Amino acid sequence: MTNAVFWFFAVLAVASAALCIVQRNPVSAALWLVSTMFSLAAIYVLLNAQFIAAIQVLVYAGAVMVLFLFVIMLLNLGHASSDIRGPSAIAATLVIVGLLLVELVGLWRYSPGRVAAEVAQAPGLRDPAAAFAAGMIARQDAVTHGVVGGIAAPLFQIYLVPFEITSILLLAAIIGAVVLAKRKV
Amino acid sequence: MLLGPALGLSAILFSLGVAGVLLRRNAIVLFMCVELMLNGVNLSFVAFSQLYGASGYIMVFFVMTVAAAEAAVGLAIILAIFRHKQSVDLQNINLLRG
Repeated sequence: MTNAVFWFFAVLAVASAALCIVQRNPVSAALWLVSTMFSLAAIYVLLNAQFIAAIQVLVYAGAVMVLFLFVIMLLNLGHASSDIRGPSAIAATLVIVGLLLVELVGLWRYSPGRVAAEVAQAPGLRDPAAAFAAGMIARQDAVTHGVVGGIAAPLFQIYLVPFEITSILLLAAIIGAVVLAKRKV
Repeated sequence: MLLGPALGLSAILFSLGVAGVLLRRNAIVLFMCVELMLNGVNLSFVAFSQLYGASGYIMVFFVMTVAAAEAAVGLAIILAIFRHKQSVDLQNINLLRG
């Protein structure tokens, strides 16, 4: 059952992404991207990442895509002509993307056992024997701390400094966006 | 577990994002394709988090923050360029080409 749902949303995500990059109209492209992001949120739930799935819907499918649609509306780009590059660029794209895909899909053959064998040879990572004996760590964390607690505890302990730096980044982004979008500086 | 299929899907989504960046000339669609690539990477982080605990989720959290900041600043830049050129086609944006 889980597998069937996964493959349904995987096909939906890939089809929506493909339609997103070939749609001439930016508004349709944005809406297909929203469909991709919703499918990914469903897949995150299947992978035991419920909190990330909620954030995906709220931040990506909600806030970021509304920003995109708002700018498209502001610039009145709803009826743009075709902007796909010429045949030489298409050929170059096929070569580059084909090579990249061959390289990345090699990861498909990764299985938990093989990851365990490779991690066992790399020092400094979590002890793989314990990790795999305990089954899925993510699911265990969710049982002991709750779905959000399992993320909040490390976020506010180990990763506190990066978290605070993130707030500076967001402040800089806000000021930068306002200054850039102003008519006269 | 679904580790391998999730990684394969993330690879396909990332490659589609790269294809979009190389194929399109509309600056806004280009930005959407970058978001697609970031989503592909997020998926592989989540897939590996099944095995290695919550650190991957926190990386996804940071990637989303950076993506939101990047979208805000990038779209502001596109807006500023549109005011000068009346176009978001990358062919018309060639000030640095000399």
